[in-house]
Amino acid sequence: MIVFTALLAGLIFGLGLLVAGMTAPAKVLAFLDLAGAWDPSLLLVMVGAIAVAAAPFAVARRRTMAALGLDMKVSRAGTLDRRLVLGSLVFGIGWGLAGLCPGPALVVLGTGQLKGIVFVLAMLAGMAVFELLERRQARLALVRG
Amino acid sequence: MTIDWNSFTPWTALAGGVLIGMAVAMLLLLNGRIAGISGVLGGLLRSARGDSAWRLSFLAGLVAAPLVFSVLGGHASGWIDADFGTLVAAGFLVGIGTRYGSGCTSGHGICGLSNLSPRSFVATVCFMATGVATVFVTRHLLSI
Repeated sequence: MIVFTALLAGLIFGLGLLVAGMTAPAKVLAFLDLAGAWDPSLLLVMVGAIAVAAAPFAVARRRTMAALGLDMKVSRAGTLDRRLVLGSLVFGIGWGLAGLCPGPALVVLGTGQLKGIVFVLAMLAGMAVFELLERRQARLALVRG
Repeated sequence: MTIDWNSFTPWTALAGGVLIGMAVAMLLLLNGRIAGISGVLGGLLRSARGDSAWRLSFLAGLVAAPLVFSVLGGHASGWIDADFGTLVAAGFLVGIGTRYGSGCTSGHGICGLSNLSPRSFVATVCFMATGVATVFVTRHLLSI
């Protein structure tokens, strides 16, 4: 059941991105182009999504278990550290270069464009490098005790 | 700042946002998981602890969306103009950046802000700032 609900959630998420036009890199770049002809549409995508999702998050924070029996993984804990800031700054540079972030990139992959495949492979490579560096860090910490 | 009123699509943007919010609410309340795309995808590269099935099916739903959209009569927009070199660099930065930053536009910008998370607010300000700065440099300073 959790696999089916996840599939449906992914599909609705993707349809939302398509309806909003956020799968078009040109539209995303026009949102980021404050000095040019600015297209504020993306802001309204966030407003619409947050307006719908805010109350469910308030409900979820008070629960320890989700409706289908899994643990509720929602938390505001976690540190506001250099990793978060630097990582987000780096992500923004990549986002601004191509106008693609992970969600729209996967939807674009579904249109079968070669360029979409190239972007997703490069993104996976970036994520894999992160995992390798994390593992190395963990090993070093273990050696140092 | 000049608003490009011809390109501004407030109603479809809001409608798409509402759909995204519904998907986020669904995955949260039913499965207890955050619909942050970089987290869902990146988690697959971790040692599997039996939680890759829901990740794969969520991602499959995203990838299948253009097909379903066109069956429903929509026109899937998503033409990529950037050249291959730019895409490789951009993809790599998006991949490593979202993992170090623990989230992307969906995880921080939508889920985190909906959850009133201070970390997500800071992360969102950071990636919006460098996104805007990057477009400013490439379009207005380098005129690419």
